Amino acid sequence: MGGKLFRNFSFFSATLSFFILVGIFAILFHYAQESMHTFGFDFLWTEQWEPGEDDEGGIFGGYIPIVGTLLSTIIAMVIATPLAMGIAIFLTEIASVTVAKPVSIAIELLAAIPSIIYGMWGLFYFAPVVQSIFGGNGVGLLTAGIVLAIMIVPFMAAITRDSMNTTPSVLKESAYAMGATKFEVIKDVIMPYSKGGIIGSIILALGRALGETMAVAFLIGSVMHTVGKVTDPTTSIPVLLANNFAEAEDLEMSSMYFLALILFVVSFIIISSAKFYFLGRKVK
Amino acid sequence: MNRLILNKIILLLSTLSAVIGIGFLFWILATLSYKGITSIHWATFTKDLVDGGIRNLLVGQFTMALMATFVAVPVGMMAGIYLREYGHGSKLASIIRNLSDVMMSAPSIVIGVFVYALLVDPFGSYNGWAGAVALAIMMIPIIISTTDNMLALVPTELREAGMALGGSKHKIILQIVVRAAKVGITTGILLSFARIIGETAPLLFTSANNQFFTMDLGDQFPSLTVSIYNLATYPDEASRELAWAASFILTMIVLTINLLGRFVIRNKK
Repeated sequence: MGGKLFRNFSFFSATLSFFILVGIFAILFHYAQESMHTFGFDFLWTEQWEPGEDDEGGIFGGYIPIVGTLLSTIIAMVIATPLAMGIAIFLTEIASVTVAKPVSIAIELLAAIPSIIYGMWGLFYFAPVVQSIFGGNGVGLLTAGIVLAIMIVPFMAAITRDSMNTTPSVLKESAYAMGATKFEVIKDVIMPYSKGGIIGSIILALGRALGETMAVAFLIGSVMHTVGKVTDPTTSIPVLLANNFAEAEDLEMSSMYFLALILFVVSFIIISSAKFYFLGRKVK
Repeated sequence: MNRLILNKIILLLSTLSAVIGIGFLFWILATLSYKGITSIHWATFTKDLVDGGIRNLLVGQFTMALMATFVAVPVGMMAGIYLREYGHGSKLASIIRNLSDVMMSAPSIVIGVFVYALLVDPFGSYNGWAGAVALAIMMIPIIISTTDNMLALVPTELREAGMALGGSKHKIILQIVVRAAKVGITTGILLSFARIIGETAPLLFTSANNQFFTMDLGDQFPSLTVSIYNLATYPDEASRELAWAASFILTMIVLTINLLGRFVIRNKK
C-alpha cells in the first residue's frame, strides 16, 4: 500500500523534468507566435529594434543580440579551451598530489563564485585593464568574452581532468617505456583515449557561455549596436532579456520571447549533442 | 632534441595556465575582500535596503532559496530514486536522465522568462513565489543527478540483503539504500544550495526586488543578487559600496557552504 504510493510519487517526480522542459518550450513558443508571424525568418537578420509610434507595431530583429551572443561565446571559447586543457594537463600529469589537490580545490572554488561577482569585478577591475591595452571604452565584446572565458575555464578544466584521469596507467607506462616524452604521451595516448570527454566538456562549456547572463550584462555594454571592432559595445540575447524584458509590451515582448526560444532551442541542441555523442553517460 | 624542447614548452605552458587560473581566483577574492570589508558597517546587517543595509535582502534571498530547497530536495530525490531503483535500465529512465541533464544546463534567464509567463504575468505583479519556483526549477535537476549517481555507488548486495530479510522494496530503498548514500546526497544538496543562493538571472523578473523588509511572498520580494546588480550600476559611491559589501557577503556564504559540502564528504570517507 505505502509501497505503491511511494513508487507512484517517485515516478511522478521523475517525469516532472520532462514536463518542465516541454512546458518551457510550449510557453516560449506560444508567446513568440505574434513575433514569428509578423517577421518570420527575417527576424534572424533584421538589425532594427525599433518600437513603433504609440507602442503600436514597430520593427524588431534579433540580428544584433544573436551576433553578440555568438561572438562573445567564440571569444570566450578561443581563450578558455587552451587554458582549460593546460590546467587539466597540469593537474593530471605534471603536479604531484600535494600540489594538485589544493589547486583542484581552488579551481573548483573559482567555478562556485556566482556569475554576478564576475560581472562586478570585471566592470570595476578588469574593464580598465582591457581598455588600457586594447583601447575602446572598457566595456564591450572583448571584455565580456574574456571574463566569460575566466568563468567557464574551471568548469571545462574539471571535466577534462576527470576524463583524462580515466586513461589506464598501463597505456601511459608503455608509451614512456618506448621513450616517449610527457607531451607525446599526452598527445598520443591520453588525448585520443579521453577524446570524447574532452570534446564533451568543450561543448558543455559552450552551452554555458551562450546562456550566461549576469557576467555579460555588466560588461558587454548593453547597447543595440552592430559591432565593427572587437572592443565595441553591443548586446547579447540573455543581456537584452535581463535589461528590457520586464518593460516590453505587445510585439516587443513577443520578440523577446522569440529570442528566448531561439536561445533555449540552440542550447538544448548543443547540450544534448554533447551528452549523446561525446559524454555518453555510462549506466552502471 | 627538438621533441624534448617541445615537451618542455608544452609542460611550461600547462603550468602557466594553472598559475593564470589561480591568479584570477586570488585577484577576484583579493579585490572583493578589500572592497567588501572596507564597505561593511554594523548598519549593513541591521538596516534594510531603503536605509542603506542588506538585512531584508539576506532574509529574502535565503527565504526563496530555502523554499526552493524544500520543494527541490524531495522531488529531486524521489526522481533520482525512480531512475536508479525502479526504472533502472528502462528506456524511459534513460530518456528522463538525459533530459534532466539537459535541464541542468538550460540558460537560467530562460527559466526566468518561463516562470514570468507562468506566475507573474497572469497575476500582474512580481512575487516571491515565482522567485522560489524559478530557483526550484534550477535545483531539481542537480538533486536528481546527485541522487542518481550516489545511489549507483551503493552495492547491490545491500539491496539483496534487504530483500533476503523480506523487506518491501520501498522500505529497502528508504532504510538501506538511501541511508547508505546519505553523505553523498547531503553534499549534493549543500552544493546545489550554494549554487542557487547566488543566482540572479532567474530572479530578475520573477521576485524582482523590494527595498523594504517583507515576508509576504505574494509581493515583490527582496533579493540580494538583484540588488547587487542594481546598486553596482548606480553612480553614487554609497550604492557601490553597499554593492561591494553585499557581493563580499554573498561570496563568503557561497564558498563556505561549498567548502562545508566538501568537508562533509571527506570526513565520512
